[in-house]
Amino acid sequence: MIDYALQLLPLLAINIILASSLGIINGYCGLFSLGHAGFYAVGAYAGASITLFGFPELMETWPHLLLLLSSLGGMVAAGIVGILVGVPCLRLGGDYLAVATLGFGEIIRIVFLNFAAVGGATGLTGIPQLATTRTQTWFYFGAVAVTLWLFRNLINSSFGRCVIAVREDEIAARSMRVNVRFYKVFSFVIGSAFAGLAGALFAHFQQALHPSNFTFLISVQVLLMIVLGGLGSQFGAVLGATIVTLLPEFLRFSETLAEVQMLIFGLVMVIVMLWRPDGLAGLFRREAGPANKKDAHAVA
Amino acid sequence: MSSIDPGELLQYLINGLALGSIYALIALGYTMVYGILKLINFAHGEFYMAGGIFGVLAIGTLGLHPALGVLAVLVACGALAMLVERLAYRPLRNKNRIAPLITALGVSIVLMEGFRVVFGAQPRSFPQLFENTVYDLGEWFPSLEGVIVQQTQIVIFLVMLVLMSALSYIVLKTKMGRAMRALSFDFDASRLMGVPIDRVIAFTFFLGASLAGIAGILVGMYFNNVEPYMGQLAGLKAFTAAVLGGIGVIPGAVLGALALGVCESLVVGYGQSSYRDAIAFGILILMLTTRPWGLLGKPQREKV
Repeated sequence: MIDYALQLLPLLAINIILASSLGIINGYCGLFSLGHAGFYAVGAYAGASITLFGFPELMETWPHLLLLLSSLGGMVAAGIVGILVGVPCLRLGGDYLAVATLGFGEIIRIVFLNFAAVGGATGLTGIPQLATTRTQTWFYFGAVAVTLWLFRNLINSSFGRCVIAVREDEIAARSMRVNVRFYKVFSFVIGSAFAGLAGALFAHFQQALHPSNFTFLISVQVLLMIVLGGLGSQFGAVLGATIVTLLPEFLRFSETLAEVQMLIFGLVMVIVMLWRPDGLAGLFRREAGPANKKDAHAVA
Repeated sequence: MSSIDPGELLQYLINGLALGSIYALIALGYTMVYGILKLINFAHGEFYMAGGIFGVLAIGTLGLHPALGVLAVLVACGALAMLVERLAYRPLRNKNRIAPLITALGVSIVLMEGFRVVFGAQPRSFPQLFENTVYDLGEWFPSLEGVIVQQTQIVIFLVMLVLMSALSYIVLKTKMGRAMRALSFDFDASRLMGVPIDRVIAFTFFLGASLAGIAGILVGMYFNNVEPYMGQLAGLKAFTAAVLGGIGVIPGAVLGALALGVCESLVVGYGQSSYRDAIAFGILILMLTTRPWGLLGKPQREKV
């Protein structure tokens, strides 16, 4: 039982990074992205490729360094794809952005499905675990700590204030000489890069990758984490990721409940939006979060 | 590259038009709801799935007369959509635009998984409503030997044309249609002028979902396969079609859907069938980034 719980820890770390990275894009900058699984996939495949094909000599001598390199590589790759996707897409407003990113996410997945060098439809297997499970878990939670620390500092800097200003009122922000486009692309790329980090960690945890690990439903699941936890809250992203990771494990004790797991996720999403748009984190703070506010430009 | 065989090309066009007609019926509902509420109803594809499954239940399991069965499916899908609108979308109508979008995603999952839990995940075969005669065009035009038109394809295309005309009539000529157009033109002014907003929106959802339900029945007859997960991808493609034609524009939805159907059919025929789904999303992104108002729409400036 304890062993089983310990096995879940790396997955928990991965999901926390994923959720807080989407939290930057969606919660803090107000960009509704549905393509997060795509960047997660880019990071996973890039990280796995670096480990498998990049530095064969390092695998024997410095496996930990290789793990670090793959993680950074996954981040950089996903960040670059983030720029390529973000620059054309971020001109679009709200819901159009959502479907455009959704489209990119799916295209990325289909490209990997047809990319024979990384396994194509058969998947990529034999990715080595580069550290003992214990060291790996520590490394993953180290990555979580660094991610959360960076994000916290980012949000509390003048940079972060501008990002939030863009979310709150784009036109008002522009009139204050905030470079709206830059901050949008910036937060999108940061978010994508950290999704890539999560992907690289996932590759070395799962030790096998398949395009079906990165469907649209994964993007929705990450969205569920931050919606449940509360949009625009780091604590919320961590809480949401924890619940969405661990809940299925508790549901597993009952066959009927495990069967309806996705149904429960869907219901939670609707119910949170209807009654607690600030999510669980909203229970602990005063001012309204982004989802609870009326549209600044709504007439009624 | 070998030269293109005209018969083969024609065959792909025919298949593409049939597929496009199905996308068109789904896209019409998307485009109406977006026109009025500015909401991408991610759950719309699920009404199409519901139509297929209700169709199997009504006509196959219960053994209703086909005409009665189709009517029952229409009403059931429409009622389901009205229920969703009442419970999940109406309470959020005055919130910002992100909240309803997340809700719509949630509703989509609830419907998809709900249907799977209640009716099972296994694909079902659809009862045949009429004998699917297959015509070989070579009988009339000897040079087109081997080009095949199925009766189902003709029915799908005709049903789509009839329903599109009926819908245009409703939107352009009836009082309810005028109310719908008024809402999409200026929501708040219409409310001040006494347009019964709730009723008009409920009616729009009913109409859109019953069209999607018919698409579900037609696709069941065409591919003889109905399952709870079929709505997701079809819904996204129909949305692509609506964007391609110009969202909010009824003839645009049909034009976009037919174009998308033909594109897909050509990609499967000549190129890589594994890239079939990427084509729709490629078109979607290309349109959104270059011409977001679509082929038949008009560009709009964002107002403060």
